[in-house]
Amino acid sequence: MPKIHYIEHDGTEHEIEVRLGLSVMEGAVNNNVPGIDADCGGACACATCHVFVDPAWLGLLAPPDAQERSMIDFAANSGANSRMSCQIKVSQTLDGLVVRMPKSQF
Amino acid sequence: MSDTSEHIVIVGAGHGGGSVAAFLRQYGWKGRITLIGDEPVPPYHRPPLSKAWLTGAADAASLALRPANFYTAQAIALRLSTRVAAIDRGARRVMLEDGESLDYDRLVLALGSRPRKLDLPGSGLAGILELRSAADADLLEGAIGPGRVLAIVGAGYIGLEVAASARSLGAGVVVIEREARVLARIASPPLSAFFETHHRRHGVGLELGAMVAGFEGIGGRVGLVRLADGRAIASDAVLVGVGGVANTELAEAAGLDCRNGISVDQASRTSDPAIYAIGDCSDRPLPLYHRQARLESVPNALEQAKQAAADLCERAPPAPEVPWFWSDQYDLKLQIAGLPFDVAETVQRGDPATARFALFHLTDEGVVQAVEAVNSGAEFLGGRSLIGKRRPVDRGRLADSTISMKEIAA
Repeated sequence: MPKIHYIEHDGTEHEIEVRLGLSVMEGAVNNNVPGIDADCGGACACATCHVFVDPAWLGLLAPPDAQERSMIDFAANSGANSRMSCQIKVSQTLDGLVVRMPKSQF
Repeated sequence: MSDTSEHIVIVGAGHGGGSVAAFLRQYGWKGRITLIGDEPVPPYHRPPLSKAWLTGAADAASLALRPANFYTAQAIALRLSTRVAAIDRGARRVMLEDGESLDYDRLVLALGSRPRKLDLPGSGLAGILELRSAADADLLEGAIGPGRVLAIVGAGYIGLEVAASARSLGAGVVVIEREARVLARIASPPLSAFFETHHRRHGVGLELGAMVAGFEGIGGRVGLVRLADGRAIASDAVLVGVGGVANTELAEAAGLDCRNGISVDQASRTSDPAIYAIGDCSDRPLPLYHRQARLESVPNALEQAKQAAADLCERAPPAPEVPWFWSDQYDLKLQIAGLPFDVAETVQRGDPATARFALFHLTDEGVVQAVEAVNSGAEFLGGRSLIGKRRPVDRGRLADSTISMKEIAA
């Protein structure tokens, strides 16, 4: 199973094996990794699963669609490498992916 | 903080109860946690029951709030199919209906709400259904299919979401609503009008301003809904969705302060410092609106789960959130932020004819109190941000779709 590295805002790192086809958000929620709230359960409707994707991995992700784009626009302190983690599907290509959580989802 | 012998008991294993257990571990609670639920399954997402679950797009695994091994991995003791009979606050003990009892150091009540029942002739007939649990949804799913007619009493979220799902499954649908418009308790009149048009266009029969007098059937099974004006609406099954009632009985019997729900403060503490209450069953402060209210929504349950977990773990309280709600019907994603208290004016952005628009509800000073957004994620989030800021906005700019929401909310 691909391993995803989740890094909390305080630097605490979680290396989690996430089943193929789950989202990066689900990998965090299923393992109680703090910092990803996912209030809407993955409908890309709430902007509370915001992560910063390590720039080295950014090119391997499909670009955000319009709905995700508008979520990113309003996420607190979003930047060029911001994504909604419910929209990133885990694949073998993403084995080793590094994402960092913001200080707060609001 | 917590020592390993301390015990938190959570009563209610819905979205709120399941989430508070998870947040307690995230926030570093080292003591024991017991999560008690009266349903036979671990916590699950209820919102899809009227939508993806009915139409077959979700299964039990995708519905689960957390995977099955989560509770063992997080050292959360699950007591399913278990009901609490009483709380002994003096002894800090909950008595279970099976005669066992559990001692607690801190207690979290996440008791939820239940569907309001209609007390009308024929209400006990088979085929008259409600929707709260996965078991309810299974019964409802069995009653919906091509060529069958479902009558729905109540044009709230549940009624309209099920109407949309049933139409997509080929069933005939008639919705009967006492008020003169759909979503009367939750939406502004123009939004109600939009949803009414949309449902009629999808072939839903709408009887507005109509009172149900009773239900009639043959062989103990419902066959028609009788309206107060004498008309009969033939139906193979009936879904009653006329609001929820807070489950406050346990708390009331234990002498906790209750009004519209169990009264709590901004940390979700009840009148007993050892007891918290979260979610549908609680009457909570809304600091942005200087009021108390009882809200029924997943984001509300989650916010209060964070408040209670933070207080129990002696962490800084989370910042107050803007209440929000969502509903999916057909190809419409409705998102509502805020609550329309003291609204003097409504500003429309976008065009309802394109099914992409938002209604901003402002005070007489121009402060955004609430936004209703249809297929407009940016307007929803921009509105949510403006509601939190509490400062007047320029009405002309808000109505101008050529100016980005990001700019307006900045």
